[in-house]
Amino acid sequence: MDGRLPASIAQAYATNLIQRAKLRLLEMHYRSKVGHIGGNLSALDILVSLYHFRLGPNDKFVLAKGHSAGALYVTLWTMGLLTDDDLGMFHGEGTRLSGHPPLRGIPEVVFATGSLGHGLGLAAGLALGKKLRGEPGRIFCLTSDGEWNEGSCWEALIFIVQQKLDNLTFIVDLNGMQGFGSTQEVANLDSLADKFRAFGLTTMEIDGHDVDSISSALASRQGPLAVVARTRKGCGVSFMENQMAWHYLPMSEEQYQQAVREVTECGKLSATA
Amino acid sequence: MRQAFCNGLVQQAPLPEFVFLTGDLGFKALEPLRDAMGPRFINAGVSEQNMVSVAAGLARSGMRPWTYSIAPFLYARPFEQIRNDVCLHELPVILVGNGGGYGYGVMGSSHHALEDYGCLLTLPCMRAFIPAFDSDLAAIIPALMQCEGPVYLRLGLSEEPKGWVIPKYAPWRKLLDGGGSVLAVVGPLVGGILAALAELDEATRPEVWLVSELPLTNVPPAFLESIRRKPKLFVVEEHTAHGGFGQMLAHYLAAAGQPVHSFVHKHALGYVSGLYGSQKFHRAECGLDPASIIAAVSVQ
Repeated sequence: MDGRLPASIAQAYATNLIQRAKLRLLEMHYRSKVGHIGGNLSALDILVSLYHFRLGPNDKFVLAKGHSAGALYVTLWTMGLLTDDDLGMFHGEGTRLSGHPPLRGIPEVVFATGSLGHGLGLAAGLALGKKLRGEPGRIFCLTSDGEWNEGSCWEALIFIVQQKLDNLTFIVDLNGMQGFGSTQEVANLDSLADKFRAFGLTTMEIDGHDVDSISSALASRQGPLAVVARTRKGCGVSFMENQMAWHYLPMSEEQYQQAVREVTECGKLSATA
Repeated sequence: MRQAFCNGLVQQAPLPEFVFLTGDLGFKALEPLRDAMGPRFINAGVSEQNMVSVAAGLARSGMRPWTYSIAPFLYARPFEQIRNDVCLHELPVILVGNGGGYGYGVMGSSHHALEDYGCLLTLPCMRAFIPAFDSDLAAIIPALMQCEGPVYLRLGLSEEPKGWVIPKYAPWRKLLDGGGSVLAVVGPLVGGILAALAELDEATRPEVWLVSELPLTNVPPAFLESIRRKPKLFVVEEHTAHGGFGQMLAHYLAAAGQPVHSFVHKHALGYVSGLYGSQKFHRAECGLDPASIIAAVSVQ
């Protein structure tokens, strides 16, 4: 939509869109009584921005951090690609919408992921395939930050640079929290951006909750491109933000109602506020 | 077998979808393929996990990727990538493992592939091809270029007996008639066994079958008839007992209600003495050498 709507209208549209997606994500996780809401909330702005403002018909996306499948499903719902009934089956018996992206049943899911460290290599293969076939379009991939503990991520990084995969952009959801501690406590890789640059990658650092920043960064064609997006786990819900517990916990009714009130009243919070 | 493999692939090089990835191996072997493939020959570096994921991505984009390395580096290290990225998505990725069984000999246990097809055949859609002779590759390679799912191709050292006319490639081939027991063999070690058995009296030597594709499909009725008639069934493979052809065949026969009078399974035993040597040395330690096989089949 960039270039087609005045910035103020675009921002209002995006804010409303993300608020709607966030409320639906909260409802979906509350009703299914599953966790991982923290990492879904940190990734949601990136996914909505990518799908609504960047992804074209020739492009493909791989969700390397498969535990944010909920955010992906809700994003596809905002695109009209999944229905309310679909989301109502999230985590249910006989569902297409498993806790991590499924093998089949959702055309937009190119690869079922869930085990960390696979997505970037898969995206590299898609990007290389496009280049070898002379096809237009770009490949996008979203990784977590804890995922960079995996050696296979670094294998993929070396390959992407060596093969000059300029049609590939990957984004790191840098929320600073991983499975059993902060990224600094567990396996400190600060600064990931500096490390990517040292590998020879064009690297941008952005606010991962600012739609304009995300959209602008993803518009860059200086690939292969790394976008390190600073985010907050549990973004938009005060008692969840940067709390380890929300990597895992389902919400009680009281917590859900409070989360809905905060998102409804405050709308989207800025990462820099 | 690597030269035959390379020659076979060079013939496929003009196919625009064909892409070859190596885990930094192939020196003094794959240069003709590299030269024929141009940008579709990719040295993925010493990074087998990524190579397999990349191959899955390539296959998803419509390419036909072949990946190549020393066998255990290709099936053991990136097992999860093979499972999640390739097999669960039913993608036509070819995994080529060089040095099946004890093929890398004194290089040591890290380089041996004793449980390769057993591990891999637990995965959905996976098929394994174990050519015994160089000439088999001329038939296998074009077929794999058309395959619809993942394949593991185990390369070894062709041990074709001198002066022997190898029958046309087939998943099952009867290589030798005999009035004794039935011997079913997987892989190139059949060559040495065949040469030794051919010297024996046809009335008492075993009938020899060679199996080159797993899991078992279309077991020939003639083989089953031989089992019914003959006193013993010997199964020989350079692979662990667990997950090996012997277990597959026993399961197949049990499920089919086919009685077997006597079942003897000769298989890889790991490192019996703890010492290392050539492929021949390790086979002998496991009783997989021709002399041990002849001794076994000669016991009444």
